[in-house]
Amino acid sequence: MGKRVVVTGMGVVSPNGIGLPAFLDSLKNGRSGIRFVPLYEELQMSCHVAGVPEFEWDSLKNYLSEVSFHGLKGTNIAYGITAALDAWADSGMSFDTDEPHWDTGCVFGNSAPDSDATKNVINKVDNKEVKKLGSRIVEQTMNSGVTSFISGRLGLGNRVVTNSTACATGTQAILMGYEYIQSGLAKRMLVGSGEHIDTYIFGTFDSMRVLSRKFNDQPERASRPMSASSGGFIPGSGAAALILEDLDFALARGARIYAEVLGGAANSGGQRNGGTMTAPNPAGVIRCISDAIASAGIDPADIDLVSGHLTATMADRQEIQSWSNALGRSGKDFPLINSVKSMIGHCLSAAGSIESVACILQLIHGFVHPNINLEDPNPEILKIIDEGCIPTSMIKKDINLVAKANFGFGDVNACLLFAKYLKE
Amino acid sequence: MTREEILNELKSVFAPYTTNKEMLANINDQTDLITDLKINSANLVDIIIDAEAKYNIEIDYDSADKMINVGSCIDVISEKLNQK
Repeated sequence: MGKRVVVTGMGVVSPNGIGLPAFLDSLKNGRSGIRFVPLYEELQMSCHVAGVPEFEWDSLKNYLSEVSFHGLKGTNIAYGITAALDAWADSGMSFDTDEPHWDTGCVFGNSAPDSDATKNVINKVDNKEVKKLGSRIVEQTMNSGVTSFISGRLGLGNRVVTNSTACATGTQAILMGYEYIQSGLAKRMLVGSGEHIDTYIFGTFDSMRVLSRKFNDQPERASRPMSASSGGFIPGSGAAALILEDLDFALARGARIYAEVLGGAANSGGQRNGGTMTAPNPAGVIRCISDAIASAGIDPADIDLVSGHLTATMADRQEIQSWSNALGRSGKDFPLINSVKSMIGHCLSAAGSIESVACILQLIHGFVHPNINLEDPNPEILKIIDEGCIPTSMIKKDINLVAKANFGFGDVNACLLFAKYLKE
Repeated sequence: MTREEILNELKSVFAPYTTNKEMLANINDQTDLITDLKINSANLVDIIIDAEAKYNIEIDYDSADKMINVGSCIDVISEKLNQK
């Protein structure tokens, strides 16, 4: 039996709220963070809206030394630092330490380094101005930039890893941190992920015609998971971080415990049997969820809430079918299900961590957030689960066990089970 | 430009790279960039780039290697300004 792992701190930079109180309020009230982005219209993209955090750059001065702040331009790094340091402070830890925290590591993911920063390198190099780049560029164009800033600021001395598995990145980061603690390799892990969808990353998805383009004039209605009128996802930016700790370690320092990570699993569908670069093999998804349930040692009948990947594409129906098969539950017997993406869009690498923070907030505060923009549930989905399982307004309810999954390009899957912490 | 004028201007060039503001206010020719001002050695490159832009000069690798304290920074900048 491995160590028990608990969540003792959280931080979030979400399109619909920065910081736990603002994010919680938005979740409860179904507040959208999707906004019109004039530049995308000007650049002749098909989709003109995105989930954009209302982030104030100067707020970083509260987190970094003046020297670190000077020359920092990477938005992805800024979001990650904010979420990570907020989570650390929320766990009751102080920022300053002379000795590294040898027992504390970090797994923080992202999909790509800041491509605006990379563009600056390309322009200067092509312009024969390489000498003007300076010393602060590598740290912002290397993929491990975010983890380097976080671990350096906090003095984390255990293993420090940058993970990347597309839209499963955040979920996988939490899983990896959980596994390190469970196996005794670390006492505490700062885990999470970030994503800054800049113009270039946005453009690559826009070109695939997987983004919604029918609600450009009504941004808040544009992200429509599980609805008949869903026509693609809305990219979102942000970051979230969680502090995971060995239960005994957390109890010994008198930490406040938010929730327990009961188990999880990650796998790939191998891009076989319906799985491709962009679509999941349903057998892989079902196996991932089943493995997570087995690792947690729970009965799927006890799951109160499923926080789906549910991006608002054609894949939503198949995802619901896979959940139904994996849990052995359908119709009215299916758990409540929601998608944070209806409010914030698809935050790609950051999705898993932001949505996991949402799961834990629902556990702590006893509610299920609404699925907004679900005026017209997809009839094909209603053949699998009952309409009552898909709340369109907030439900006050005791939630004890939540299943969270995300699925990414490359046919990669990750699933986590969060529960209320019970002393035993 | 006099050495004193350059010294005063260097305070603003160094400012973003040091948290030791008291030492910065009182720099003299002997003030060492790394040991006194606690500037990260990687940032010396940025200081050279900033000085090049400020004075519209080019600082070659050999000259840059000499810029370890305030006095040697002023030497190099004066020399390059005089060559213009």
